[in-house]
Amino acid sequence: MTTRAPEVMRAVKSEPGRHRPKGRLSHSLDMKASPYAYVAPFFLLFCAFGLFPLIYTAWVSLHEWTLTSDEHTFIGLDNFSTLFGDDYFWNATFNTLSIGIISTVPQLVLAIWLAHLLNRPLKAQTFFRITMLVPNVTSVVAVVVIFSQLFGRDYGVINWVIGLVGVEPIAWHEGTASSHVAISVMIMWRWTGYNALIFLAAMQAVPKELYEAATIDGASSFKQLRKITIPMIKPTIIFVVIVSTIGAMQIMAEPLLFGQTSGGGVASGGPDRQFQTLSLYVYEVGFTSFDFGYASAASWVMFLFVLIAAGINYLLTRRMGGALK
Amino acid sequence: MSRKGFAYLCLTAVAFFSAFPLYYSIVVASRHNSALAEVPPPLLPGGNFFENVSRVFDTVPFWLALANSVIVAGGIALSVMFLSTLAGFAFAKLRFRGRNAMLLITVGTMMVPAQLGIIPLYMLMVKIEWTGSLYALIVPSLVNAFGVFFMTQFLSRALPTELLEAGRVDGATTWGLFWHVVIPTARPAAAVLGMLTFMTAWNDYFWPLVVLTPENPTVQVALSTLASGYTNDYVLGLAGTAVGTLPLVLIFTLLGKQIIGGIMQGAVKG
Repeated sequence: MTTRAPEVMRAVKSEPGRHRPKGRLSHSLDMKASPYAYVAPFFLLFCAFGLFPLIYTAWVSLHEWTLTSDEHTFIGLDNFSTLFGDDYFWNATFNTLSIGIISTVPQLVLAIWLAHLLNRPLKAQTFFRITMLVPNVTSVVAVVVIFSQLFGRDYGVINWVIGLVGVEPIAWHEGTASSHVAISVMIMWRWTGYNALIFLAAMQAVPKELYEAATIDGASSFKQLRKITIPMIKPTIIFVVIVSTIGAMQIMAEPLLFGQTSGGGVASGGPDRQFQTLSLYVYEVGFTSFDFGYASAASWVMFLFVLIAAGINYLLTRRMGGALK
Repeated sequence: MSRKGFAYLCLTAVAFFSAFPLYYSIVVASRHNSALAEVPPPLLPGGNFFENVSRVFDTVPFWLALANSVIVAGGIALSVMFLSTLAGFAFAKLRFRGRNAMLLITVGTMMVPAQLGIIPLYMLMVKIEWTGSLYALIVPSLVNAFGVFFMTQFLSRALPTELLEAGRVDGATTWGLFWHVVIPTARPAAAVLGMLTFMTAWNDYFWPLVVLTPENPTVQVALSTLASGYTNDYVLGLAGTAVGTLPLVLIFTLLGKQIIGGIMQGAVKG
């Protein structure tokens, strides 16, 4: 079917009297090859810099492979068995899940609620949308530098504010829970507004008549959100949940910089590794110890975890939507 | 309180929390370190901003970092605009075997966590001797799946098929159509894509950190050098942040309406 159209066009084109007539051959080559040539740059780049590294990671993970040595000894699954007995690895897994949950769950609930607030005729819509997205255009480095100051133990504004209500100053980067909260606040600050706008885009596509009918029936705004909006935008919610899950499983710049701005200097995620995430662990092994083989094994296991987490959340989100209907 | 009043109140609070950290970074960046120890902490900007900024330029090669970031982000943005429009044109309006499957694969690649291939990617860069060079940042980012999908969406809506057919009848080649019909139509969407891409590339941190050296940094790498090397000098770190990121935030607030429209349009894919 798809080959029919070019033939029609060719028939039209070969009519006499048209200017710049070209050979049938070069024309049919143009029609057949051009589309592939136009999409080729993307696929070539993806294969070279996306797919190849991903597959090569698997090959490297089966070797004892470091930057300094030219010899790459094949050791089978040894890297993986070492990894599964590695306390630092499991510590990083725990931290990733903890920071991922603390940062993502409240963030998405808040984003849906904000989108709900914006999804009505308001003055200054553009102003609110822009201020909401400003954190997202702030670079992650800037975010962590700024928040490290705000979360400072001695002179930080946050400790000053909680001090006003009588809470003792908190050394945010020292504890496990407190550092996870601090890092999650940075992530939430940067991404809540962005996700709210994505939800808002989906909400604006919901037919207005549904709300009008519900209002006549006396349904409250919150009830409309629960009974109409959320079920109607479920595909977008699933999409955002999966993208956020994949992002949360790869958190790395925030803990890296948070460790450095609080004087750690290395990629350990705090002196006791209390906020080292999986990505950061891969970075530490790969780019400070230059143990590529071991880091590649950790990468692959992380990939597996990403798939599992995304799959679980997909199922959970689907069921949540279904229960509401 | 009325329902609308409540919405205004909440949204204003959100606007405050969004803006305050940026505002406060200016406050700190315009003061002396000694002022930070005051109780209550200073909440208004001081007069030392330019002095602090010049310390930033003395401490790290910041001019070089700015130039590098402009080259990298600008080059990537131009290339993404061009190549995405080209591929988007093919996916939206040309007929070829395997089109739907290829579009599906393109969208699917957005789900691949790119960080996982970072070690072999680095090894590849070592092999072709691109470590420390801007090529290592630009070439892998010349086009991306989001851009292709974004332009496909836009062109399949905005580009009239009759216009292309008329061009064909006049004997235009596919390339001629792209140049004379597609590009003028694509311009507004490509501009939004360009701005989004520029901002993403400007803010990119992880890969530049891995592949560049502190001697030839981008802005983000230079900022992290400032922040991690001088941990007690908050003023220095935040002055660098102010120079390195606030211009972009400012541009964004000016062009924000268009950019937000672009993000929300790209989002409806669901």
